[in-house]
Amino acid sequence: MMTFIGIMLTYIFIENFILTKFLGLCPFIGVSKKVDSAVGMGFAVIFVMSMASLVTWMVFHWLLEPNGLEFLQTVTFILVIATLVQLVEMIIQKISPPLYKALGIYLPLITTNCAVMGIALINVQKNYGIIESLFSGMAGGIGFLLAIFLMSSIREKFETEWIPKPFRGMPIAFITAGLMALAFMAFDKALLNNLLG
Amino acid sequence: MMEGKKNLLMTSSPHLHEGSSTSRIMWTVTACLVPAGAWGVYNFGLTSLWIILVSVGAAVLTEWVITKLLKKEQSISDGSAVLTGLLVSFNMPPSIPAFIPILASVFAIGIVKHTFGGLGRNWMNPALAGRVFAMFSWTGEMTTWSAPVIGAGADAFTGATPLAQGASEFLSKQSYWDLFIGNISGCIGEVSALLLLLGAAYLFIRKIITWQIPLSYAASFLLLVWIFGGTVSGSGYFTGDILFHFLAGGLVLGAFFMATDMVTSPLTSKGMIIYGIGCGLLTFLIRIYGGFPEGVSLGIILMNIFVPLIDRFTKPVKFGNVKEVKNV
Repeated sequence: MMTFIGIMLTYIFIENFILTKFLGLCPFIGVSKKVDSAVGMGFAVIFVMSMASLVTWMVFHWLLEPNGLEFLQTVTFILVIATLVQLVEMIIQKISPPLYKALGIYLPLITTNCAVMGIALINVQKNYGIIESLFSGMAGGIGFLLAIFLMSSIREKFETEWIPKPFRGMPIAFITAGLMALAFMAFDKALLNNLLG
Repeated sequence: MMEGKKNLLMTSSPHLHEGSSTSRIMWTVTACLVPAGAWGVYNFGLTSLWIILVSVGAAVLTEWVITKLLKKEQSISDGSAVLTGLLVSFNMPPSIPAFIPILASVFAIGIVKHTFGGLGRNWMNPALAGRVFAMFSWTGEMTTWSAPVIGAGADAFTGATPLAQGASEFLSKQSYWDLFIGNISGCIGEVSALLLLLGAAYLFIRKIITWQIPLSYAASFLLLVWIFGGTVSGSGYFTGDILFHFLAGGLVLGAFFMATDMVTSPLTSKGMIIYGIGCGLLTFLIRIYGGFPEGVSLGIILMNIFVPLIDRFTKPVKFGNVKEVKNV
């Protein structure tokens, strides 16, 4: 039980994919102008990251490892994730049109998101079991949702005319992300270890 | 325009004005911090005066250069740059090399404040961001403390701050009174709880700060300390040393002077209370369990991130608005 809580806290706060690992920045910067679309994106990422970590775990441990093909993991993971997302998209379109509409454009956008790839590789690196992988994927997604939700709420407050011209748009978004990352450095490993004993 | 109306001054109400303005607020807060700063200089010697001066100087100079570069109206006289520089230096250890407070001030004014459009547009407290920036960039220098130069029985003091020593070890050598008047080691401006509280009392009287943030911040933090014992290992529930944790470290400076920053705190009183409780919780987690000796600055800038969200969810209902009733 403690390991699962530990994994959740690690990937939501301490090793937040956006704010400490700087993975998955393109949807983070690109879709954080409005809170509504940012939240939609966040849920799509949670969904894809959990699915991807589950499936890549199976592929790695049941297919690559027994055949001694670990060196193919990057290539295989890219293929598997992209196919998986496309498949899921088609299934959702058939089964639940409202959900498809809600996730709509975001789902294909994150097929090759580096945060999704990152969690798949981290799961292998850290030797997580299948349930642990699922949890780390989910927590990674929740961490992404948290970061993009906060980011979008801050960005909605910007009134463009006040920001000096050279900083409007992307630059100010990156500076904001940098300052958020500075604050998130408060969550360190010592905090987790002391809290969980 | 008709010629005859030229001399008529037409303004909208209110016509009577008590004279408060941004610059007046900033200079009042600055004045309220001066006694605590003076105590810091008295306590740690003239090097800390030097730190304060270079920090304020760097902040003002950065403000001047940036307003010149952006061709904006010169804004030094509104006092916000002086206040930011002063707060940066208050958060520095007294024996720090001068380039660190200078760079922290430049970061605070140049990046945290002016890239967003200057005073009132920044979403993170500039002084605290400057401190945290320095903290992570020069961790060694930022956590090297020199002992106070005054006080009887100098052998009783070590360089370690009360928080680094922990409550029981500190109290075996010194008393709560030393903590209260500031006869301890620590950052330049945070040591004297007495003078900071006096300054804060004046701000209350002038209604520049309201009770919501300081009270909810300090109360939630101290309640958590009391419940969970206030040490990493936990010395048993409901035994935390409230007085020690209130007076030691930067809580008084943070809760009364920095969390209450008008620009980076919520607008409604409900929002302020939520914000204060959030600051208290995060400060508690970081100070007691985190890898850093102090959690006030990190706790506050983390809550700065949440301020737009808090404002969003505590938006007051327009007068006369009622919830839509569904027709059955």
